[in-house]
Amino acid sequence: MDHYPEKPQKAYYYGTCLVDMMYPEAGMAGIRLLQQEGVKVIFPSGQTCCGQPAYNSGFPDEARAVARKQLALFPEGHPIVVPSGSCAGMMRHHYPKLFDGDPDIDRIIDFSQRIFELSEFLVQVLNIKLQDRGDPIKVTWHSSCHALREMGIIEDSKSLIRQLKNVDLIELQHETDCCGFGGTFAVKQPAISAAMVKDKTDDILQTGAARLITGDCGCLLNISGAMQHNNIRIGGQHLAEFIWERINDQPSTA
Amino acid sequence: MSEGSRDQIFSRLHAATRQSPAPVSQPPAMPIKTYSQKEKVEKLKTLMEAMRTEVHLTGAKNWANSVKDILKQRAVKSLLYATRTEIGKVLEHQWENSAADLPQLFPYKNNIEQHKEMVFNVDAGITSAAGAIAETGALILWPTEKEPRLMSIVPPLHIAVLQADKIHNSLSEVIQKENWPAKMPTNVVLVSGPSKTADIEMTLAFGVHGPKELIVLIVEN
Amino acid sequence: MTNPQPLDFDKNVSRALNDTQLIKNIKSAMATLVSKRKTIFSDATETEQLRTLGNALKKNALSKLPQLLEQLEEKCTQNGIKVHWAETAAEANQQVLDIMKSHGATRLVKGKSMVSEEMELNAFLQKHGIEALETDLGEFIIQLNHETPAHIIVPAIHKNKDQISKIFHDNIPDAPYTEDVAELTAIARKTLRQKFYQADVGLSGVNFAVAETGTLCLVENEGNGRMCTTVPRVHIALMGLEKVVEKLADVPPLLRLLIGSATGQLITTYVNMITSPRKEGEKDGPKEVHLIILDNGRSKIYADPRRRQTLQCIRCGTCLSHCPVYNRIGGHAYGYIYPGPIGKILNPQVEGLKTAGVLASASSLCNACEEVCPVKIQIPDLIRRIRNESYSKDSTCTIEGHGYKRNLTEVLIWKVWQIINTHPSINAAGLKILNVLGLKIPKIGPLKYWTRYRTTPELAKKSLHELAKQHGVDHE
Repeated sequence: MDHYPEKPQKAYYYGTCLVDMMYPEAGMAGIRLLQQEGVKVIFPSGQTCCGQPAYNSGFPDEARAVARKQLALFPEGHPIVVPSGSCAGMMRHHYPKLFDGDPDIDRIIDFSQRIFELSEFLVQVLNIKLQDRGDPIKVTWHSSCHALREMGIIEDSKSLIRQLKNVDLIELQHETDCCGFGGTFAVKQPAISAAMVKDKTDDILQTGAARLITGDCGCLLNISGAMQHNNIRIGGQHLAEFIWERINDQPSTA
Repeated sequence: MSEGSRDQIFSRLHAATRQSPAPVSQPPAMPIKTYSQKEKVEKLKTLMEAMRTEVHLTGAKNWANSVKDILKQRAVKSLLYATRTEIGKVLEHQWENSAADLPQLFPYKNNIEQHKEMVFNVDAGITSAAGAIAETGALILWPTEKEPRLMSIVPPLHIAVLQADKIHNSLSEVIQKENWPAKMPTNVVLVSGPSKTADIEMTLAFGVHGPKELIVLIVEN
Repeated sequence: MTNPQPLDFDKNVSRALNDTQLIKNIKSAMATLVSKRKTIFSDATETEQLRTLGNALKKNALSKLPQLLEQLEEKCTQNGIKVHWAETAAEANQQVLDIMKSHGATRLVKGKSMVSEEMELNAFLQKHGIEALETDLGEFIIQLNHETPAHIIVPAIHKNKDQISKIFHDNIPDAPYTEDVAELTAIARKTLRQKFYQADVGLSGVNFAVAETGTLCLVENEGNGRMCTTVPRVHIALMGLEKVVEKLADVPPLLRLLIGSATGQLITTYVNMITSPRKEGEKDGPKEVHLIILDNGRSKIYADPRRRQTLQCIRCGTCLSHCPVYNRIGGHAYGYIYPGPIGKILNPQVEGLKTAGVLASASSLCNACEEVCPVKIQIPDLIRRIRNESYSKDSTCTIEGHGYKRNLTEVLIWKVWQIINTHPSINAAGLKILNVLGLKIPKIGPLKYWTRYRTTPELAKKSLHELAKQHGVDHE
């Protein structure tokens, strides 16, 4: 991103469907980090899904119907913070394409331009400073493809981890390799996806890290699920939840 | 048959462009990095040597001696050369004076049809270079009726003689400066080193089909 | 058409994934290519500028495609190059045969040409008693082994040294068994030298055809391209009609992009620019040069302005090298001459969705290809387009075979998904029900593939919606 807005009084929060259903503690952690920095967070309760699953699977009409519903929930001009590079990428970069030629395109572009991934918002807009209160730990980081290539916010994410002084970040040998999730790809081409996640878990194993941190719950679901299936006792955690625990020495849902 | 196909292809292409004329704005050309004369020589030498070219800096007065030394060192037995070029004439003169330990000169006088066996069996070929490109480290070979194409590709050793003041900054520059579009020859070749491949396990190997060795003499005035 | 039957992609994938040697070879080679490309394009700003320029130059050429092709034909003809037009691969094959027959020629030496692979030229010529011999080392190796290329740039990359040693030893008379790369190269040189000497006709591809001057540009490292286009008395050049560029000045940045992306070099050993056959007074070079311009589905792609960018491809192969899917299944699994990301968008558009549409499912949409494409083709968007048309019977679709994949199950799944996600109260209720049922996502249909390799995903006891409400953030 070229320029970021000034620190706002209020910000919307787009949780994402995966966070909502499976990683709500990560979602809450993001909200509380924003609140801690003095931002009033608004979580419109009607939100569901950004539409990406249908958009990527060949069902753009269905994706549009769902996306349109999301747009309507964020009427004010506040920035919209999203704890996922993938969903942020969808709403920032793909909504204008999905709605190309739509009479509402101006409003949609305005919406897209207010979308920020959580890490970039914490670093570039809020200039957050983190005090690590946790015990020493070795972690490794997986760069999710859309956080890396669509949103370009990986350095922001990693800088947050590096602020935590008792956290030793051991980088993967193939950090930027896709983990094999790809949404429906994991079930449409399961064997190829499995080969990809295996390489990712082998890479994680060789770092000697106790925990895998990532900013995207799709990747997290995929990699953790594979590690657990293979009895690899390395926990996976969303970056927001990890940060909250380190700086508060307690879970985000407390 | 080709005519019918041509019509079909064009009618589809024209129909498509009529439907959606797409004006495309052109971004600016890449800036041309310019080097001083000294830098040009240095850059050309460095880049070509990285591609396993042997580069010699030599003077206008003694380049022929350099050639003779190179040939003697390698015990080259036969040298293909072009009779009607400047360098050809110098070589003939040099050989007239003393041909001891030097390869036999084979003039590329007639058509390939008459010289095929010779061209395919000589140890080395020597040609001029029309110029060179510093940015990418390549010679410009501009074969003519005087200096045929196969001289620089068939023999296992190719020696190229280049005037130092003919080194250009980049390919873009030389195309523009010398107005190539107005005078494209039958064949122009850029050469950056001896023939190579990495087709076997990405391992570099030299002398696949083209010359195994390329020697460049940069002649400074 | 390479494969008139639908591709058995699953079988190919299964076979590839189980071939550990193949995958080891591929991964190692691709890692090298990726690393070399990174090194040669280390200046991010300059690289971005170059890619933007490459994209614009190709878009410009495509916007004037018919005019530039006409100009190319005119200039080439003026220069003495005979231009032929082929709508189909079959026509192009026939044209090559006719040229050979007109010279009573039976021996053809070939420089590397992906278009000739697309045409299946060698098999066609063989049927007519013509030896079509590959001279590029990689192509030579796979030809001896009766295989097709595994990668656009490095055709034999799926083979390691001992496999190649065996291929040479088994197929080249008097070739000693050796695993030394220099020795293997020397064997190839000696064998092919003879063939260059004897060949009647030489064949090449075309990297860029310049309309302004009627010039054919060819890049190579080995020298076989120059041998094929200079030694025999006839040279036949094959090109896809999208290879034309407007001006000679367009060539340098495109060369930089092509060569840097394909092999990680600043420049190849040779850059060959051919503008005419042997002129009066010249002593060598072919007396006849033919240019065969092939359509084979390209003009159909051209017709759709949004799919047209597929034709920007300069065949550098770097999308393959960076693709996590290609890295795990290799080139042959794709079943067509063009594998990897470019293959995923090209083959379905040329062959039709029914036969090749499945390739578009073999992508996690990671965007690694788009990130490195030298001419900025939006490959992931085109993959989505192919997926969309695979399911849609709508008349606005333009790809042959659209709607072939449409089925009740998937249509229902996405309709239900749409209803749930446009009705937040239903969504919340649904989650509550699943929670009560035992916190697990039901293993319906494709979800069973998930649990083959991973534990079943668990639903949280309380959704973020509930937590957010609890914490009072769910309203302005």
